[in-house]
Amino acid sequence: MAALYEELGLTTEEYTKIKKILGRVPTDVELSMYSVMWSEHCSYKSSRPVLKGFPTKGPRILQGPGENAGIIDIGDGMAIAMKIESHNHPSAIEPYQGAATGVGGILRDIFTMGARPIALLDPLYFGELKNDRVKHIFEGVVEGIAGYGNCTGVPTIAGSVNFEECYEGNPLVNVMAVGLMRQDKITKGIASGEGNVVIVFGNKTGRDGIGGVSVLASQEFTAKSAAKRPSVQVGDPFTEKLCIEASLELIDNKLVVGLQDFGGAGLTCATCETASRADMGMEIDVRLVEQREPNMEAFEIMVSESQERMLAICTPENQERVLAVCRRWGLDAGVIGHVTGDGLLRVKDNGVVVGEMPAHSLADEAILYNRPAKKPAYLAEVQSFDTKALKHPKDTGKTLMKLVTSPNLCSRHWVYEQYDHMVQTNTAVLPGSDAGVLRLKDSKKAIALTVDGNGRYCYLDPYVGAQIAVAEAARNVVASGAVPLAVTDCLNFGNPEKPENFWQFKEAVRGMGVACSAFGTPVTGGNVSFYNEWQKGAIYPTPVVGMLGLIDDVNKRMTAGFKKEGHVIALIGETLPELGGSEYLKVMHKIVAGRCPALDLDKERHMHEVVLEAIKLGLIVSAHDLSEGGLGMALAESCMLSGLGARVNPDSAERSHLEVNEWLFSESQSRMLVSLPEKSMFLFDRIIHNSRVQHTYIGRVGGDDLVIDDILNIPIGEMTSAWRGTLECLIG
Amino acid sequence: MPARFGVVVFPGSNCEQDCHYAARLVGAQVAYVWHQDTDVAKYDAIILPGGFSYGDYLRTGAVAKFSPVMDAILDFVDKGGLVIGICNGFQILLEAGLLPGAMLRNRDLKFICRYTDLVVENNQTNFTNKALSGELIRLPIAHNEGNYYADEETLGEMAANGQVVLRYCDTNGIVTDAANPNGSLQNIAGIVNKQGNVFGLMPHPERAIETVLGSLDGQMIFKSMISAVSK
Repeated sequence: MAALYEELGLTTEEYTKIKKILGRVPTDVELSMYSVMWSEHCSYKSSRPVLKGFPTKGPRILQGPGENAGIIDIGDGMAIAMKIESHNHPSAIEPYQGAATGVGGILRDIFTMGARPIALLDPLYFGELKNDRVKHIFEGVVEGIAGYGNCTGVPTIAGSVNFEECYEGNPLVNVMAVGLMRQDKITKGIASGEGNVVIVFGNKTGRDGIGGVSVLASQEFTAKSAAKRPSVQVGDPFTEKLCIEASLELIDNKLVVGLQDFGGAGLTCATCETASRADMGMEIDVRLVEQREPNMEAFEIMVSESQERMLAICTPENQERVLAVCRRWGLDAGVIGHVTGDGLLRVKDNGVVVGEMPAHSLADEAILYNRPAKKPAYLAEVQSFDTKALKHPKDTGKTLMKLVTSPNLCSRHWVYEQYDHMVQTNTAVLPGSDAGVLRLKDSKKAIALTVDGNGRYCYLDPYVGAQIAVAEAARNVVASGAVPLAVTDCLNFGNPEKPENFWQFKEAVRGMGVACSAFGTPVTGGNVSFYNEWQKGAIYPTPVVGMLGLIDDVNKRMTAGFKKEGHVIALIGETLPELGGSEYLKVMHKIVAGRCPALDLDKERHMHEVVLEAIKLGLIVSAHDLSEGGLGMALAESCMLSGLGARVNPDSAERSHLEVNEWLFSESQSRMLVSLPEKSMFLFDRIIHNSRVQHTYIGRVGGDDLVIDDILNIPIGEMTSAWRGTLECLIG
Repeated sequence: MPARFGVVVFPGSNCEQDCHYAARLVGAQVAYVWHQDTDVAKYDAIILPGGFSYGDYLRTGAVAKFSPVMDAILDFVDKGGLVIGICNGFQILLEAGLLPGAMLRNRDLKFICRYTDLVVENNQTNFTNKALSGELIRLPIAHNEGNYYADEETLGEMAANGQVVLRYCDTNGIVTDAANPNGSLQNIAGIVNKQGNVFGLMPHPERAIETVLGSLDGQMIFKSMISAVSK
């Protein structure tokens, strides 16, 4: 039989270190606390050494990685808090609750810091919609996000939905939350002040989610994983809503010195992290914690991941007022202990000490691993695939319709109409455009938000693929008229103990870091999710980028749809024969191979500057980033979003060196499709002329069809109903 | 003196701030009313906002009707005060018996959030007096239980009294099945009581009060209320 520490997921080396820290054999309570805090999920023991390479500082960054969320200065004394997290494994086992509690957890990270949550974004990755299990997961996840987000009154304004076989047994459910706050309300998760009181409020503590971080999140998935269902927590969005209001009221009235939510590793994490950040200790008694069921053991109370619980630290003078605010909101609240000066986390059970360990050792002293990395053998083979040798289909109109109705490119309205995306009355650009845009009340400003990540590109080249994730996110924000400000990232990878996976991880992080530096968008925090594997191996390496942009004047926000008949359509950027890793290659040839598109970060940044200048001067009236599906898909979308047709007649020089499918479906980077009134062309040409960016006028808005030379002619109405009907039809 | 609006806050309400903002924008003087309050006499009109009161875990609006504030509101209605229930607020009014009928789950069993086109069937109410008869308006919906149901007799009675105020329609103002988002009987989206001082509607007028949000049509409802109480 394995030793207890092994069953809890600790290695012999880690167990030895615990004994050394304590100078004795740990108690069972201590052992379970170390096992959750030193899990990959909580300690980042494999990733931390690599993540050091990220740029994390900038003039607008008020809080970088290490707190519950990153905080970005948006001027006028206001700030945005944001963070992204994964809830992949829980969602695979119990889609509705897994996704719902993912939303709950990330919302808590935001309001814990004093910000009112104002937006949710959900990047989702599933297997292909071919079997009932995938459909069940997809539907359950969407309903779970809706069920939780809608009830808490936080709009889900953007996201992405991707289908690829590699996610079949291990879907990715990432959730980003964004909050708005006054800068003087920033609250941290610190337990400062010896003698200060420690209060737990929110839900009662139960036996749900025990070992969530160690058993679920930090191990590979096997067929037996369904037996881990009890490790998935159950969400209660109603109580979450009450926690939001109570927490913000506590902060507004300056009643707390520190606030921390209960996330992975529950009470253990909340107590040791707050104490550790303040260089203090803490003494608590588990019997003072409100319990859902009788006879819970001390270790269960310490590691339970019951949802919707908060830890508040306040002065003894404010204790009664804090409790009163919580109870007014109908929440359980009680004092469980106090802050000490000895740096020890002391856990008592009805007065008897059952654990005593340095808070630092739990929070910060997990053994870090410099995992071996090895370039995977498959890369040489997939990269050597030559798209020049492809035999292209003849009917390009049919091909475009195939892409328009491909699961990855069709309309997402079936998904986002299940999310309340208008509550709080700030949504200035509805879902379906390049980025979600929220106006800020009592201000002219607005923010743009997006999430992006293409696993296919990263599978073909994790370094460039990760750069593209950053570039595309920035491009989406720019296309909405916003200056990119900052990033939060969710890094989804396979088992890091396998050198090939760890190589992918290192390459992706390196790529993201370089790209974030190039765009001046520091990483403000995020999440690493390893062990995303199933029977057929690891998922594609999938770094997901959440990007915040700022618009000075909400009236200058931009959307992707064409605006008016007669406007001129311009393609900014250069189209190269880059079909590697493209949606076209996958849909029409069933191939995922080749080289992913090249990315020149300088060129990309210059393009952003030109587009922002054109928007600022009021020259262009629509902007749409070119990504999956290339120019063909971008044209189709700008038409379908407006109901307007277009006539495209590029001069022959534009595509002389390209085969027609290459021209229409290449996924070359650093391109944007814009439209403008004829009278703006002169000035537009001038600002482009003064830059390194190139552009071509390719046609005009008008008519009821998308007409491209004599290549294709498709009625917009027909295209739109096919595009809108696809997802519903696939789910059946 | 500006009209005085009270916006009720139940545990789980989530549109109270939006309603507060919207009513203030059109010129009302607005305050929050806590669900434990027992007197609302100082207001000219009461808004029951959308959200998930008490989590809606039992049945939408079913628990909220037992709040102390609801007794005060019953009294307020008896005395002729104006009450508007939006979305979850409408569901609460149905549960409290202040409006006839009941709400079922949406036909497709899914939450729906999107703009809808509506036709104003009756512009002679306290809530629509600023609209033209048959005017077409655009307001968003966001609900899981908006499938309005009432028996034949009640429907007939409501029709005879002009109690149906808003119906879902297509962009030309025609009431069709295809334009019905949730399966509501006769495309009903909003109704008033016989006395004309209680209005329930599933669409959210407070979400359509500025051009930046895509529609200004919601202003009409709040302005009508202000006009009604200012007489």
